[in-house]
This record gives sequence, structure tokens and C-alpha cells, in this order.
Amino acid sequence: MMLHDTIAAALDAPLFPEAAAAPPPALQPGAAAAERPGTPGAPSGGGGASIVLRDVSRVFPARGGDAPVAALDSISIAIPQGEIYGVIGRSGAGKSTLIRTINGLERPTGGDVVVDGVAINRLGDAALRDQRRRIGMIFQHFNLLSSRSAFDNVALPLELAGLSRKAIGEKVLGLLDLVGLADKKDRYPIELSGGQKQRVGIARALATDPRVLLSDEATSALDPETTRSILRLLAEVNARLGVTIVLITHEMTVIKEICHRVGVIEAGRIIEEGLVCEVFAHPRTTTARAFIGSLPGREVPPALAGRLRADPAGAAQTVLRLTLTGAAAGQPLVTRLARELGIDICLLGGQIDSIGALPFALLYVGVPAGAWAGGPLRARLEAAGATTEVIGHV
Amino acid sequence: MSDWISPAILNLIVGSTLETLYMVAVAALIGTLAGLPLGIFLATSGKGELFEAVAVNRVLGVVVNATRSTPFIILVVAIIPLTRLIAGTSIGTTAAIVPLALAATPFIARIVEAAIREVDQGLVEASLAMGATPLQIVRKVLIPEALPGLVLGVTLAIVSLLSNSAMVGAVGGGGLGDLGIRYGYQRFMPEVMLLVVVVLIILVQAVQSLGETLARRVNRRVRRL
Ligand SMILES: Nc1ncnc2c1ncn2[C@@H]1O[C@H](COP(=O)(O)OP(=O)(O)OP(=O)(O)O)[C@@H](O)[C@H]1O
Ligand SMILES: [Mg+2]
Repeated sequence: MMLHDTIAAALDAPLFPEAAAAPPPALQPGAAAAERPGTPGAPSGGGGASIVLRDVSRVFPARGGDAPVAALDSISIAIPQGEIYGVIGRSGAGKSTLIRTINGLERPTGGDVVVDGVAINRLGDAALRDQRRRIGMIFQHFNLLSSRSAFDNVALPLELAGLSRKAIGEKVLGLLDLVGLADKKDRYPIELSGGQKQRVGIARALATDPRVLLSDEATSALDPETTRSILRLLAEVNARLGVTIVLITHEMTVIKEICHRVGVIEAGRIIEEGLVCEVFAHPRTTTARAFIGSLPGREVPPALAGRLRADPAGAAQTVLRLTLTGAAAGQPLVTRLARELGIDICLLGGQIDSIGALPFALLYVGVPAGAWAGGPLRARLEAAGATTEVIGHV
Repeated sequence: MSDWISPAILNLIVGSTLETLYMVAVAALIGTLAGLPLGIFLATSGKGELFEAVAVNRVLGVVVNATRSTPFIILVVAIIPLTRLIAGTSIGTTAAIVPLALAATPFIARIVEAAIREVDQGLVEASLAMGATPLQIVRKVLIPEALPGLVLGVTLAIVSLLSNSAMVGAVGGGGLGDLGIRYGYQRFMPEVMLLVVVVLIILVQAVQSLGETLARRVNRRVRRL
């Protein structure tokens, strides 16, 4: 892939010699990838957590007649270095407030935010500015300077850091190459598409070699196709540079596409958290279920929904929803059960997909009413690792 | 040139034009040098802003409004002591620069304030996230992003200075306006009045199109063909 090559080239010639001289362990290119060989679904768990939120609260004081708003309510999260952590929630749930506490744009009213061992919320102005250089951020509306070309936009954080013109030039060209925009370096934002603008935004966010990248709805203003390409770029950046990514979104497809772990936020609390594949397979809250249900292909097929009855009396078939992840999704489960139990299994709808790199299957099947009520079918499905729900009868 | 305009009158017109240009140019320069930082401060010192200083902001706002609501001709007379202090005299073209600059400063400050406030707050947020200091944000983000508006604002200020400069005849400031009043009105020479008006129109047109061209050139928010 071209992207691969350009990133590899950029890594071969380290643009920040000082970072290459004494790299923190996790900054070594490939370290994060080696830790997680091709399976983004299995983060390292413990280890040196790169971002830790401990009982973080943010209460906006009462204004006018309004009551005070607890935008964040005792949130605790630990994100290991190199992970892509997604936060999903509805509008007003506190997502932006949460991500802004990580680079100190928002000061928590309680708790601590620790990034790479530094309590961000306790820093003075100057120290906070230093830390912010190590935390990149990208935005829904890109926030590029319209008065600067793509090149000069990416150069901005380096100018702010006081680098020489020459050092800036080399670094910026490498970054534009990395995001696939080397040929657009002299273009102004007005002349770029949304996807290209976000690529410039990503290059700019990576300019100071941050160890953490924050993404506040970075794909929400983009069409699905462009969204996918931007997410792919973020995944590459994560795999190749070992950058920890925290991204917030209200779209489950984004989580599904690149996140390793996900937290569901509602009314300022993380109400559910886990590996993406686990949350997908076994959502515990109605909110999580609603988000997953919103994915295309997840609903009960309309033709089936029309015939579905709640009452089993007189029904020929019981309709099941089977959710299979990982190894379970790879087995020839349906045909094997049909053969071994001597029953007919009717495929009524569903979706085969992958989450991160793990296969994921969601199937609507009809089984003979008797086979479900009596028989070993239920036990066999569970033994095979399938999550089974009865959704009705036909 | 013609029989209705004597060379003497022509000389007067050229001299007055130069006086006007001198007064307006220096006053515009001073007004911009003072109005730019003042406007930037007004735009960034509100609650929760970069240089938060709510009380100072409010006081400056009142001062600016007071200066702006004083009719120029009254301002000219009212600040005669100040003019004498600064220019050494209260009479003449150089002395007239003091009230002109004083009136231009709050005018420019308000225009600068509006232009700076127009800059997308998201850019300030992005710069803060990059670790920019407030002064860096002003220099590298706010001013460049507001530049088209700033240029148009200064243009507007120069045009209004041209019109104000016609009034400084009251303190012996000279210039085109003064000439028009003294010859065109008091000595009843309508052709002089007409010429003065024509020159002023040309000056305003020139300033306006120059300003617009410049503003367009620094504006990167529109696509170039
Ligand atoms: N500066 C503020 N002052 C007062 N209340 C605020 C402020 N910022 C956010 N809030 C409140 O905090 C809550 C969470 O806001 P936040 O912007 O974090 O939501 P969000 O999840 O990012 O929503 P969206 O998806 O719409 O961006 C909301 O109720 C909002 O009204
Ligand atoms: Mg938000």
C-alpha cells in the first residue's frame, strides 16, 4: 500500500532526531504493533497506562435560572499506551468535555487526569503548554487557518515550538507525505475537500510527535467513504507510530472500524466499557444496545418483522438472533448443528462483518419450535460461544 | 488651463490636497497603531477569553464609546489643551492631527474588535491545544485570520478621516475642506467648492479601491480562479 510505504519512509528517516536518540519505549515504531500482532482487538490491558482519568468530574456552575450541569460525573478510565479508545455517547452526554480534560482545555472540578505520568489538571500555564505539545488534537470542523496553506498549517505547531525554518520544512514535508497530501502543500483550506482538510489536521496534530492523539468527532462532517479513509489513516498512525488515540463519536461504525476498546458515556458517566468485540457481542446497557442496533444490517429484516409473533402458541418456528464473535464466528456452526441434531435451520437474515480484525456474525435463524423448547440446541449454541436471543415466533 | 480657474487657485488646491493627505496619513497611522492593540484587547479580554480582564474591558469600552459619540467638531475644540500639550500649538495642520488621530483610534478599535471577534473560536481552541501562548495566538492566528477585515476597517477609517479633516479648518488646520469653506462659501467662488468636492471624491474612490484590492489579495477564504 502506498500509505504504508510513505509511513515507512518517514520512519526510516526520523524527523525528530532528539526523539529518536532517546525514545521512550512505547514510542519505538512497531513496538505497539508487535505487542498486538495484527489484532487490534487485543490491547495489552495493564502495562504502563498512558492516560488515566481518576474520578474526574466537571460541574458547570449554575447560570441564570439554570441548575448546575454535571457534564462529567466521577469518570475513571485507564488507557494503555498504543490503544485506540473510543467514547460513544449521545449529544450532550459529555464527550467533548471529557476529551478536553485530557489536554487541559477543560479543568475538572474533581479528580485527576494523568497523561504519561503528568497530572494535567495540576499544571500551571507554562507547564500545561509544554504538555499540550505532546498531545495532538483533531476536530470535527478541522479548525485549519484559512490564511495559511496546507504546508503552513502543518508548520504552525512547529513555529509555536520555536523550531528553525529548515527543520520545520523537512518535518512538514514528511508529514504531508504521511497523510498523502504532498502534492497539495501549497493549497489553501478553501481549495481542499473535507477529507483532505482532515488529513492536514492530522498532519498538524502529529507535527510535534505527540504520544497521544485526541479526536473530537473528527469524521462527523465527512461522508461514509471519506470517513473510512480517515479512520484507516488513524489506524495506520496508531499501528506505525504507537500513538495512543482517544476518539469520541456518536457513530457506532467509527467505533467498530478502528477502536480497540470502547466506553459508552451517558449523562456524564461511563455506563459501559470493554473490548469493542465484547461490547458488540454482549451489550449490557440499553444505550449500548441502541447504538449497536443502529448499525446497518443489525435490525430484524422488515419482511421477518412483519410476520413475527410474541406468542409461541401454534407457531412452527422459533426465531433466534445469534451473535458470534472471534473464533465462534469462524466455525461452520449452523450446518454442523443442523446435521448433528437432525433439524432444519432457516436463515432469515443477518450480517457477517469484522470488528477491528475479528470476524463478527449476527444471524437471524428460524428453528423448529420443538427443537428449541426441548432438545439440546440451546446448550449446543452456548457451548459454541454464540449469544442467543429469542426474538419471536413465526 | 481655463479662464475660470486661475493658476493661483490651482496652487491653492494642490497645497490643500497635500495638507489633507498629510493630516489623514499621519492620523491614520497613529490611529491604527493605537486602535489595533486596543481593538484586539477589547476583543479578547471578555469573560473566559484569552486576556480575561472584565473590569478593564468594561472601562475601556465606555471610554471608546464616549469618544465615538462626541461630535468631531466638539472634540476638536474640547481637546485644545491636550493638542497644545502634544503639538506645542493648537493651531495649524500638525496640531489638527491630534484630534483626527484621537477620533480615529476608537473608530479603528471597534472595527478591529469586530474583525477579531469574527475569527472562528475553533481556531483559538486548536491553537491552545497546540500549546500556543495568548500572544502567539494574537500574532499567528487572530491577526492573519482577521486581516481582510482589518484592511477594510482601516480603509473605512481613512475615508472617515478624509471627511473629518474638512472640519479642522475651525482650528486653522487647513486642507481641502477649509479651502472649500473659505473660498467657495465665504468668498463665493462656487467653482473652487466644486473642485474641492471633485478632489475629495477622487481621493475617497482611490482609497476605497486600494483598500478593497488589498483586502481581496489577503483574503484566502475565497477560491482563486
Ligand atoms: N462551557 C459550558 N458551560 C455550561 N455548560 C456546558 C459547557 N460546556 C458543556 N456544557 C454542558 O455539558 C454537557 C456536556 O456537553 P458536551 O459538549 O461535553 O457534550 P457532547 O457529548 O460533546 O455533545 P455533542 O455530541 O452534541 O457534541 C451539556 O449538557 C452541555 O450543555
Ligand atoms: Mg461535542
